[in-house]
Formats: sequence, structure tokens, C-alpha cells
Amino acid sequence: MLQIACPWCGVRDEEEFRFGGESHVSRPPTDATDVLWADYLFNRTNPRGVHCERWLHSYGCGRWLNLARDTVTHEILCVYRMGEPKPQLERS
Amino acid sequence: MTAGPEFRLATGGCIDRSRLLRFTCNGRSLIGYEGDTLASALLANGVRIVGRSLKFHRPRGVLSAGVEEPNALFRVEIDGASRPLVRATLQPLVGQLTATSENCFPSVEFDLGRIIDFTHRLWPAGFYNKTFKWPRWSAYEGLIRRAAGLGRLPQGGERARYYHHNLHCDVLVCGAGAAGLSAALAACRAGANVVLIDQDRRLGGGLLAERLTIEGAPATKWLERTEAELRRARNVYILLRTTVTGYYDHNVLTAHDESHADLVGGSVERWWKLRAREVVLATGAIEQPLVFANNDLPGIMLAGAVRHYVNRYAVMLGRAVVVATNNDDAYRTAFDVHEAGGHVAAIIDARPQPSDAVAAEARARDLALFGSSVVTRARGGSAVRGVSVRMLSADGKGLVGPERRIDCDLLAMSGGWNPAIHLFSQAGRSLRYDEQIGAFMPARCQQRVQVVGGVNGEFPLAKILVSGAASGLEAARRTGNAVHSVPIAPALAPAADYGIRPLRLTPGGANERQWLDFLHDVTTADVELAVRENYVSVEHAKRYTTAGMAIDQGKTTNLNVMTLLAELTGRTVSDVGTTTFRPPFTPVTIGAISGGATGQFFAPARLLPAHAWHVSHGARFDDYGAWKRPACYPRGGETRDQAAHREVLAARSGVGLFDGSPLGKIEVKGPDAAEFLNRIYVNNAVTLQSGRVRYGLMLNENGIVIDDGVFARLSPEHFLVNTTSAGADRIASWLDEWHQCEWPDLRLVLVPVTTQWAVVAVVGPHAREVLERFPSDIDFSAERFPHMSVRTGHFAGVSARIKRVSFCGELSFEVSVPADRAEALWIQLMNAGESLGVAAVGIEAWMVMRTEKGFLHVGTDTDGTTNPLDLGFGPIVDKKQDDFVGRRSLMRAYDRADSRRQFVGFEPMNAADRLAAGAHLVTVKDVKLRSEGFITSACFSPTLGKSIGLGLLERGFARRGETVSVFDEGCTRPARVVGTTFYDPTGERMHG
Repeated sequence: MLQIACPWCGVRDEEEFRFGGESHVSRPPTDATDVLWADYLFNRTNPRGVHCERWLHSYGCGRWLNLARDTVTHEILCVYRMGEPKPQLERS
Repeated sequence: MTAGPEFRLATGGCIDRSRLLRFTCNGRSLIGYEGDTLASALLANGVRIVGRSLKFHRPRGVLSAGVEEPNALFRVEIDGASRPLVRATLQPLVGQLTATSENCFPSVEFDLGRIIDFTHRLWPAGFYNKTFKWPRWSAYEGLIRRAAGLGRLPQGGERARYYHHNLHCDVLVCGAGAAGLSAALAACRAGANVVLIDQDRRLGGGLLAERLTIEGAPATKWLERTEAELRRARNVYILLRTTVTGYYDHNVLTAHDESHADLVGGSVERWWKLRAREVVLATGAIEQPLVFANNDLPGIMLAGAVRHYVNRYAVMLGRAVVVATNNDDAYRTAFDVHEAGGHVAAIIDARPQPSDAVAAEARARDLALFGSSVVTRARGGSAVRGVSVRMLSADGKGLVGPERRIDCDLLAMSGGWNPAIHLFSQAGRSLRYDEQIGAFMPARCQQRVQVVGGVNGEFPLAKILVSGAASGLEAARRTGNAVHSVPIAPALAPAADYGIRPLRLTPGGANERQWLDFLHDVTTADVELAVRENYVSVEHAKRYTTAGMAIDQGKTTNLNVMTLLAELTGRTVSDVGTTTFRPPFTPVTIGAISGGATGQFFAPARLLPAHAWHVSHGARFDDYGAWKRPACYPRGGETRDQAAHREVLAARSGVGLFDGSPLGKIEVKGPDAAEFLNRIYVNNAVTLQSGRVRYGLMLNENGIVIDDGVFARLSPEHFLVNTTSAGADRIASWLDEWHQCEWPDLRLVLVPVTTQWAVVAVVGPHAREVLERFPSDIDFSAERFPHMSVRTGHFAGVSARIKRVSFCGELSFEVSVPADRAEALWIQLMNAGESLGVAAVGIEAWMVMRTEKGFLHVGTDTDGTTNPLDLGFGPIVDKKQDDFVGRRSLMRAYDRADSRRQFVGFEPMNAADRLAAGAHLVTVKDVKLRSEGFITSACFSPTLGKSIGLGLLERGFARRGETVSVFDEGCTRPARVVGTTFYDPTGERMHG
């Protein structure tokens, strides 16, 4: 049960949030190749270590947020707002 | 007055001899005292056989005094309410308690199931997997399922209450033995907010069970002082008879609280979710059994448990006690039994000699000590009568010398103490095998947790008190409390460790069975068989033999299994490793986990604003998502079909009212609202004029249809999006995700308003006439209010949004008013339509009408493979120039393939046939039937007087007019492929 520091509401329990998958997946334009489009649709990095992902504070402020989580320890390394760049982090 | 039970000591123990408790066990009336557990009271009464093993129905006695108990499992009944599989060792004795042994027939003393035991060679591990295959498993399943399983469902559960609680704290201390108390006291004095939890009903842990001194006084004095201080402190919360069952991410722990489980009038159990900034695990250690022939006989117990019963409950369990050990600790059992006046027949020590201090005390007490010796077998039928003892060879791997027989009626055995690392391991932390103590120990910790006392391999009391206090201070310091370096732990003379030689398995093997798992009846022979069949991984061996898989989860099993596996396969125990420790640590009542979320609170129903009217007018309700909605309104003796057909005909010929309140409603407002919706819908949103309504499909990025509905432009920057009723919440959230995450630059707000507005659809040729009977600033004439348009204004004295859209194919107005005005409006409309023959229309009639019209029902007519091209929206997709969600996917060759399943209509060739949803459309290929699609919606059309269907058929668009075979319930019947619109194909009725 993670504890997530919502940038708008403060530290809250995971049960207030909804997981939304990997962040920083960019959406190709319609003239993208089938291969590129399939990559966007179906492929994710699935790392062992730092994973940047988005969460919705659904039972709170209703805002989406990004966070970087270590997939091994579940440690949350940082929380940042939508639109902010991907942080440069190494696995602890 | 009954005399005191025969095995009870005259003095001593933490029991109140002035408070006699009467209870019943397996039909016998017995007495115990306040302070007893069920197990101690049974032992005091001389009850030796407390249960039967699961597989062989062997007689079993109490093994332990704690959570690890595999044998003494009872159905416990208090005031007519029972709980299954209660560990007698933890169950406080209360008056009027009735205990019944599980898994025996006809009685625990004489069990017919023991026939399995006498023929045990027929039933090795995995026997049922190998044996019951011919002719098929199902031929045996019923019999085996009756023989398997343990316990019965509780009775009187309706009176049981379950609550969930949440608790946050600075420091959570799990375990209130010496280590936990010391930690809690230190953290408390440092000002931290402390929660202290123990599974016992009293604080103290091992201090209650041992004769120990602290600062020259009995340890219980220190315990009393400590308890008093903790209970006085306002920053300490104590939960007793509560078991911490799980340790999860970010220091969340769960606890099962049975402190009020024995209430007369219905038990109360609580389920705690605790979030701790710091955790101190002081969960202690569990003593392990020795493995020798017949080691499961009643009267063979863990050494620590024996002195626990002597010291805490004043129960002397045997008249002649043999202690078998591989460590110094079990000598305390011999000394305590001797001190209490019992007879110690012998101490059998696997080591050449114990430590000097222990040896000296044994000599002083004149106890017979056999070094380098082990018990090879126990003798006895339904209870132990004696043991056979042999010397160990110098390397400890063989037996030498003659067999010596010693008579006894109690064997206290100790294979050493195994740290209770369950919680530590659950949070994903690593363990290491300690060769010296012969057990797995906590290693690396990544979370904010400290491990102290027995669970950390610390056994001398002096060491435990010091490390406990240090951990409490450190936890307090880490949570920001001012820590003064005051000596908190009592200063005790340092003591030696308990000098274990980790040898628990009897060398040399034996012809008789040696038990590893008492509850599941797993013996050393079963593990040997597993290894012979190459189940050498600890996870495979566990599943093959079921060792450690009973409800005690192998607390006295797993370490011995791993040790034996290591021996048999020539590996180290470290290489064998442990199986995974998963929550819960002890079984948890399902009721405790579900808490209050049962019955009507499990999934609260959503009621329509006009629910009361529907109820009072005979509506039959069905569940649609969370909503209770009228399926139909039968009159007189009508069946549901008859009612629905009457409602269809009423709406088609006169006027009907349909409660569409659950219809999804989302306000989209802002300068970029049109642009946003244009990126969402397959259909063009930018070109929609104010006051107009357009039908639209929503796709996911893979091009699959996920929802449909109309969207209305109320003003240039204000849209109202309708979703399906089922999609209301999902689509609102999904739109918000696109806005916040992908296009945050678009200026708009999204507000779901589904439950703010009630919707009454007024449908049928007389719909306009009904509406015109009300005062309104809206002109309902066909010229001023055309099909697919929206008006806002006042209607019947209420502000309303009225859309002229049609899901049923008739002239139709959807009147939206604030939800609290819905019932009044509904009644007014019914009254106004009375002279026109108005009928309330339920969902069933509604679905018949839309099927007649061929209107899509997303999720019924579509599935996870259906794209808009399959539904005939190709021209709209191709016409739109702009990107929208899912567009790129529709450009893939597969999405445009001719062979795809396409949405068409069906009519049976024979008028008597009825199409059914789910029926497959088949062709014969190489003798086998091949499905080319299926019927998705079907009904008998009361309007057209025939059966009709909609469905998805390969190349369906090109096959209109063809005959296909419909396969349903084993029969194949011909049907014609037609267009989807059966009723009013030109649409003049809804445009009228």
C-alpha cells in the first residue's frame, strides 16, 4: 500500500489513487508508420528499477500526477506534475 | 464442589483460582479458571487427545502453547455462535464455552477415519494425483472432497459483527514480549506516538511463561511496572489478542483483532489497517520440533510450551518427563518442572555436554543427563509411554551403541528457536541462513523497520531488553522526537547464547514414520519420495507433499523440511532457501476482511430519483450496473414479455414515458470545448451548430468502439455530452485523462453531471401533444424544434434542457430537469398523457424498440474487436480530415480487411423460428462447423410480428439477402441477412 504525496493534497494512501501506466509515452501523428504506432499502443519499458508513471488522485483532487517509483522496492523517488519533464534518476 | 483438576498445581501461575469456569469439550463437562486458555484447561483436566490429523486421522495432543499450534484446533461455540478451527492455545477460557474437535468421526477418542492410518502405505504424497485418474477424476472428486478439508462453516454468523479501523502512528511495535515492551517503553518515554500489538490477551510474551529475574526480582514485577507505565501514557495505544497478519509496502500493516470475539450475544472482530512511520518487529521465535519415529504421539510437546503451562497456568503435564534437546534453553523446562515438584526422568542432549552453568544446575538438581544422545523413537498407542534413546556418532551423522529405553508420559522436545520472520519477509526483504542457530534470520531491510529480540536471533533476556530499548529510541528519533540518552533498559549481567547445535533430524533413518507436518500428516518418507521424483526445489517439494500448506502454514514444519531437503540433495539449507511467506500470518475470518461491506452495503444500489413512483406502480426492477431500473411495469397477470410488448405498442401508437435518468451527462465548457470533442469523437464536433445535437462514437486508441451517444452544443463554448448509462463514470474519467495528460493546453472544463439531472423521455406520436399541455417558453413545433436539436428553458415551472433525439424510432423528446424535481415531473407527465393512453415504458420495451430500429447498443452489439468501420461508419471516418482518438489504428490493413465481422440484421426464414442473442452464424468446413459471427441482439418484434436480430457477420455488408445458418442450442436454422433497420427505414416517424 503505497503512500503518495499528491502535489495538490499532500500525503495520501494509495487507495485514493488510480494507476494510469507509464508516463512520457508520446503520441505519434497519424502519418506514423504501423510499427511506430504499434510501439506506442502496446510496448512499454517495464524496467527493473526507476519507472516514471502516472496516477490519478481519483478520490481526492481529481488531478493526474507523475511519479518515479522503484519497481523493486516500491520506493517513490519523486512526485511531479503533469507536463513537467522526466526526472533524471538512477536506481537507488 | 468438584475437586480441582488432577494436573493442576496447588499454587502459582497467572490464573485466578477463585473464579471457576465451566465449559464443555467433546461432550464432557470440565472446569478451568479465569486466566486459562482452552488448551491449558484441557491439559489440566488430563485431556490428552484433542484432535485428529487431516489425512491419517491419527490421535493428536496439544503440541505448543501459542500461535504455531497444529493439533489443538476446535470449533468453539459461545452463546450459540460458533467459530471454526480455533487454536485452543490462544483461545481464552470463558464460561459456557463449548469446544468440539474438528476432523473426527464418530469421536476424537475413536475415529473410524484411522483406517487410513493403518493402511498408510497405500497413501503416499501425491497419491491422489497418481491414482484417481481412471476413468476420470470426477468419478472420485465427490468422495475425496468430503474426506478432505477441515472445519465447518460458522453458525450464528448473522450475529457476528465486523469492523474496519485505520490507525496511524509514529512507532508500531509488533509483539509485546520483553523486546517489544522494552522498545515501546523507550519510544513512549521519548514522546513518540506508539501502537503496541500482541496476539496474546496479556502483555508479556515469554515473560509470562518463564521463571526469570530482572534486577533481582521476578520478571513479572518489571512487567507490571512497565505495563502500568504504558497504560498510563497517553501516547501509547495497546491492542491485545490482535495478530499482525500482513506487512505491506510503505509500512502498512494489517491486524486481526479478536479481543471481543467471545462476547455473549455475538462476536465482534476488528480488522486494523495500520500505517506506521517506523516499525519495530519483536515477533519472537517459534520453537521447532525434533524429528524421530512416532514424534506425533499425544504427550510429545515443545519444551518451551511445557514450561509455559507449568509457569503460567500451573499445569503439570506429566508424572514422568523426558526432555530432549539440542540446546541449553530446554534445560529450563527440566528445571521448571523439577522446581514445581515434577519428576524429570531424563534429559537427552544431542550435544556432548551443555554449557557449564546449565550442567551445574542439572547436577545440583540431580537430573539424569545423557549427552551426545537423541530420541530415536517414541513408544505408545494413543499417548506416549516411553522413548528409545541412542548415542550419536562423533560426526553426528550416525547412531552408535545400544538402545536405551526410558519410560515417560511426557516428552518435552526442543529443536531450537526459529525466528518468526514472516512479517519481515512479507515486505520483500531478504533473509540469511545462520549456520550457528540453524535458522533463517532477517538480513537486509529497505523499509523503515527494526528487528529485535528472538526474531533477530537474540535470546538472552539482558540482550533483548537492551536492543529493544535501543530500537524504541531509534524509532522515536527517526520520527522526530527529542531523545535524551537515559538508561532505560534494566542492567542485567550478560548471559551466554543458548548454545544450540542445529540437529533436529534423527540420523540413520527409521522404519517408522517421522512427522514433519502434524496437521497435514507429512512425514520424512513423503519428502524422500518427492526428492526421488525430482521435486527438489523447496517450492515444488512443498506443493508435492503439501508440507507447510495447512492452516498453521508450517510454523513447526518448514524449517525441518528445508533441512531434510538439504540433506537429501547435498545442498546447504541456505541453497535450498525458504518458500515465500505470504500474508496472512494466521487465518483471518472472511467477515473481518469484508467488514461492514456486506449485504446491502456490499455494492450500494443507485436508485432513480423517481424510484418511489416506479415501486408504487408495480415496476419489476433489474440491476443495470449499480442502478436499479424498471425492466417493465406488468399490469394484472401480465408476464414480463406481455408487459414489454404492451409498452412497445403503447409508445408506437400513442405515447410512452421512459425514465432515462442514468444516462451519462458530462458538461464540456470553454473556448476549446469544440476542438477537444473533435479530437475525441469519430464524428465532427466543430461543425455542429449551437442548438443542435449530433450522434457520435468514441474509440480507444486501438480503434475499438468504447461508447456512443449524442452530444449537444448548448452555446458556442458549451457542450453537453451524453454517454451510455454504463459508461457514465468511465467515460467522464477517460475524457479527463485525455485533457489533463495529453492536451492540457486546451482551455476547457469537464464536469460530470449524470446524477444532477433526471431524464424523462416522452416518446410516441402523441409526445408533442403531451408536452404542449404544459406552460413552457419552448416551442415544440416540428418547424421550430426539429429532430436532433436541443432547447433550454422553462418547462412546467422547472428549468429544463430538452433534446429532441430518438432511441426508439418515434417522435421523442428527452426532458432533463434537476434530479429533485424528477418525481413531480414524472407524475405531471403521466397525468397529462392519461387521456392519450400514456404508458410507463421499462428497459425491456426500450431495448425491443431500439432493436426494431437497428440502433447500436455498445457493449451488446460490439465487443473488444469492433471498430466503427464494422458498424458502417466508414464514410464518416473517411470524410473527417482531423485526427481523433483511435484514428491511426483504423488505417491499418487489418482494420479495413473485407473479412471482418460487420454489423447486419437477421430474420429467420421460418416464421416460427426465434433468433437468440449468442447464437453463432456457421458454415460447414471439412465436416466441422465454423463460426462466421454471432447474433448480438434479438427479440420478437411486437410491432412487426416477427423475430428479428442484429449481429456481427464476416463480410456482412456484402451478404445482405444471403441465407446463413444460425446455430443455437444444438440446432441449425436458416436466417436471411438483412439491413439493420427493421422499422421505419426512412425515419419519417422520428422526424415527424
